Formats: sequence, structure tokens, C-alpha cells
Amino acid sequence: MNNKIPNNRAWLLVLPMLVLVAFSAIIPLMTVVNYSVQDVLGPNARFFTGTEWFQSMLNDDALQAAFLRQISFSLIILAIQIPLGIGIALIMPKRGWQASAVLILITLPLLIPWNVVGSIWQIFTRGDIGLMGWGLRELGIEYNITRNAGDAWVTIILMDVWHWTPLVAMLCYSGLRSIPEAYYQAARIDRASKWAVFRYIQLPKLTNVLVIAVLLRFMHSFMIYAEPFVLTGGGPGSATTFLSQSLTTMAVGQQDLGPSAAFSLIYFLVILLVSWVFYTTIMNMQKDKPPHGGA
Amino acid sequence: MSYQLENTQRGEKYNTIFSKVSPAKRRNRTARAHWRSRFLLGLYLALMILPIYWLINMSLQTNSEILGSMTLWPQNLTFDNYIGIFTNSSWYMGYVNSMLYVAMNMLITICVALPAAYAFSRYTFIGDKHLFFWLLTNLMAPPAVFLLPYFQLYYSVGLFDTHIAVALAHCLFNIPLAIWILEGFMSSVPKEIDETAYIDGYSFPRFFVKIFIPMIRSGIGVTLFFLFMFSWVELLLARTLTATDAQPIGMIMTRTSTASGIDWGTLAAAGVLTIIPGILVVYFVRNHIAKGFALGRT
Repeated sequence: MNNKIPNNRAWLLVLPMLVLVAFSAIIPLMTVVNYSVQDVLGPNARFFTGTEWFQSMLNDDALQAAFLRQISFSLIILAIQIPLGIGIALIMPKRGWQASAVLILITLPLLIPWNVVGSIWQIFTRGDIGLMGWGLRELGIEYNITRNAGDAWVTIILMDVWHWTPLVAMLCYSGLRSIPEAYYQAARIDRASKWAVFRYIQLPKLTNVLVIAVLLRFMHSFMIYAEPFVLTGGGPGSATTFLSQSLTTMAVGQQDLGPSAAFSLIYFLVILLVSWVFYTTIMNMQKDKPPHGGA
Repeated sequence: MSYQLENTQRGEKYNTIFSKVSPAKRRNRTARAHWRSRFLLGLYLALMILPIYWLINMSLQTNSEILGSMTLWPQNLTFDNYIGIFTNSSWYMGYVNSMLYVAMNMLITICVALPAAYAFSRYTFIGDKHLFFWLLTNLMAPPAVFLLPYFQLYYSVGLFDTHIAVALAHCLFNIPLAIWILEGFMSSVPKEIDETAYIDGYSFPRFFVKIFIPMIRSGIGVTLFFLFMFSWVELLLARTLTATDAQPIGMIMTRTSTASGIDWGTLAAAGVLTIIPGILVVYFVRNHIAKGFALGRT
């Protein structure tokens, strides 16, 4: 890694990529910045507003509520998916046709379009035609995601766990596969307990992939849109309206250019900030950790 | 293999000396643990498949059967829902549109990401770290943020409602992802290979195409898998940038809900058909996928 050749002509290799990403990232982002400081009343009537939109967005009650819901949602699904994903990775078969079959089955939810994931769960949980909705009703449990906010939340979390735990499991599985068999043999000879094997052999090897998993899961859960939109439409009331949906309603539905642009920038910066803080904290923790045997 | 066996046996001998548990009991215990983990895995897979099974189940029923009674499997098996989709061009064109922009996106992305990832894995140049970090920030950009500007941008350059518009828009998150994955795979190829090839008189393009790309082909396969995955599942941008000619299947599916109720059978059949391309793609890369998921970094 540290023996890279200094060569500024490498820019030529990066250039085509840079042009494309600039076209789809910088130009649109500049448009957003442009809108966020102006009040656009018509094609020729626009006024500079400074930070006014940002202030009104930060003080907006509905958005603050959506933000809190978003944070709780991300934390809950991380708390469920990370341990569950590790657990599944530990019990997945390592070789043979079973390993291939399980791999294909497990990845399946990841490859379903997000709105179809919403449709699948909408069908699955409806009281009249869905297996889960019908089953719960037969068991005598009140369950209605269009009326009861708690039911809607449980269903959305269940859906997200169903949808994204495979990603965590696959990441951990590939991390586990890179552990040499000799480590396990040494542990057997030492008569290490299952827990000790996990704690001192498997978990240290998983740190890298787990950082990727937490980052990806945080980012994606923070941008979630299509699944809850199809499943609950953000309701009942606004109980399951997350940030992306609030933003889309504001930008496309109400055409409030200035406020939605300001909101966009705040939204983007929050994701960047959290990811950056998480990443640097983990990296610093790893640096400070005294090197201990083997791992 | 024999070496492993020997080691295990030796381990067991130590165990018999030091532990109160006899080898037979110990073997029994590991066998039980094995079956327990198989059972748990089976349980998880069954629960995971259940919603998909229900979708398939409904796609094979008529609407009257779906709404009429609760049936755990289709009583009167019918393929009408599928036939309806395959004989109506406004339906199946949705699949064609989706496939087209996904394929375009994969092609564009891999073409620009391969040289860029090579540059990041082999050279240092002014601003390389900042550039890489900026690329990764694009992965974190919520598509909802870009809805309006994309609409205006592509409308003003006359690309609105074309496949290429969606393909370019998906580059926003796919190019950084591809570079990230490919850089990992490329860095695991020893640099001596490049140097030897240059000494042997290979030019850079010839070396890259003839030697380097074949060496990382499993990495490219896995990258393509991820590109397919994220472009295929995205709907928000695809929906915003299209109107009629390039509409993705996900948008056409919303047509099933009309004033007179929802056409559940067709919705379910359309949903099942969106799962199939994913199964095909994952089948092709199944042997490399485990390494690829760690983005070449384990």
C-alpha cells in the first residue's frame, strides 16, 4: 500500500470518471446550494435570502419529528441487524452445494426492487389477503398497519430486517471465510470454548467488514424511501414518515424550492457527519488498541 | 486433509487426558450443535422465503380467489396474470426499459471505473486522497436530495425520459461504489506484475486489457453484480427522470391500483418477474460473491 508510485499523469486515468460524476453530482449540488439561499417567485423574480431557509427548516416541528423518527429507526435496525447478521453468518455452511444454495437464497431479498419489497410486505401483512395479517387475526391479535402506529412501526422494522440482514450476513460470512483453518485447530487444542473462539478469533477478524456493514446500513436506512412509502405511505398520520419522504413531498409535491433545498443540504450534511465521526472513531480505536497475540 | 485429521485426533487425545468429558460424548455434543445450527438456519431461511412464497402464491391465483377465501396454495392454478403481462407491450416494455438502463449504467460505470480504480491502487497523485473521499461522499447522498436538480438538468439538456438519463443518474452512486470495490481487488494484485509487463515491452493499454483485466475478472464480476443490484432496485430517480418512453417496471406496477380497487394478481405476478433477473445474476457470481461482499478487503 505504501509503495505507490508518485505520478500526476494518473489524473488522466481518473478524468473520465471525474467528468461523469461531476455531471451527476457537482452540477446538481450547486443547483441545490443556489436554491437554498434564494426565494424563487418566478422566472425573473428571485431574492437573496441568506440563511433564512436554513433557520426555518431547523426550527420546523414536523421536520424535527421526522428527524427523530429517522434516528430511532436507524438505531433500532442497526441494533437488530448487526447481531442477527453475525449469527446467521456463523451458522452458514462453509462449503459444498449447500453453501452455494444458501448464498443464493440469502442474497435474494437484496435484489428485489425496493418498491416491490414494499408491495410484498403490503400483500403479506394485509388482514384480508395476507398470510401474516390473516394469521395474526386468527390468533386473536389486533393488527392493522393503516390504523395503529405501533403496528406500522413493527412491520417496517420487520421488513427492513428481512430486506437488509442478508447484507450484514454476507459481509460477515466473507470475513469469516478469510480466517485460516489453523486458527481453529489451535483453539481446539487449547480447548477454547465457543465463546472464546468467537471473541478472540472470529470477532477481531470481523472488525473490518463490520465497519463497512454499519456504515452501509446506516447510510441506506437514513435514506429509506420506497419501502415505507409503498407499505404505509408514511402513515398512519405521519407516524412512519421519514426524512426522504418529507423531502420529496416538499420538493416535488409542494414545489417549495428554497426550503427543500436548504433541507436537502442539512440532510446530506448530517449523513456525512455521522459517517465521518463513526469512521474516524473506529479507526482511532483500532490504532490505540495495543497489539495482542495473533489477532 | 490427513494433516488436519491428525491434528484433530491429537486435539482429542489432549482432551481425553485433561477433560472429564469422554471423546464420544464430545463428538455427540458437536454433532448436536451442528444440527442445532442447521435447524436455526433452516428456520431463518423459511421465514425469509415466506413473504416471497406468498407473492408467488398470489400471482398464480385469480383475483376472485385472492379476495374470496384464504388459500395457502392456489386451488385453481392460473397463469393468466403472467400471460396478461407478456402480451401487453405497455407492461413488458417496463422490464425492457429497466434492463436497458441497468445495462447501460453497468457498461458506462465499469468503463470509467476500471482506469480510475487502477490509478487509485497504483499511483499517488496530487489530491488523490481528497478525491477518493469526495467520491465516497457521493455514496452517502440521499437520492431525494437530487430529485429536483436532476429533473431540471436532464430536462434542460434534452435527455428527459430517455434510458441514458437514468443510466447517467445512477452513476452518482454506482461509480464511487465500483471504484471502491475494484480498488480493493486491484490492490491485492502484486505490483511486480505491472513492472514485469512494462519491462517486457507492453504498452499500458495492452497490458491493462490483456493481462490486468483477466487477473481481476472475479473482482469485475462481483462489481458488476453490485452495479446491477443498486441500479435495478433504485426507483426514486428512475421514476423522476422518465415519463412514458423509458418508464421503469417499478413505476408501471403502480398502475395496478385503480379507482375500482387493486389488481392483486397482476401486481404479484409483476413483482415475481422483477425478482427473476436478480436470481440469474446471483447464480452467475455465486462462487465469487463471498469474497466480493467484503469488497475485496478481508
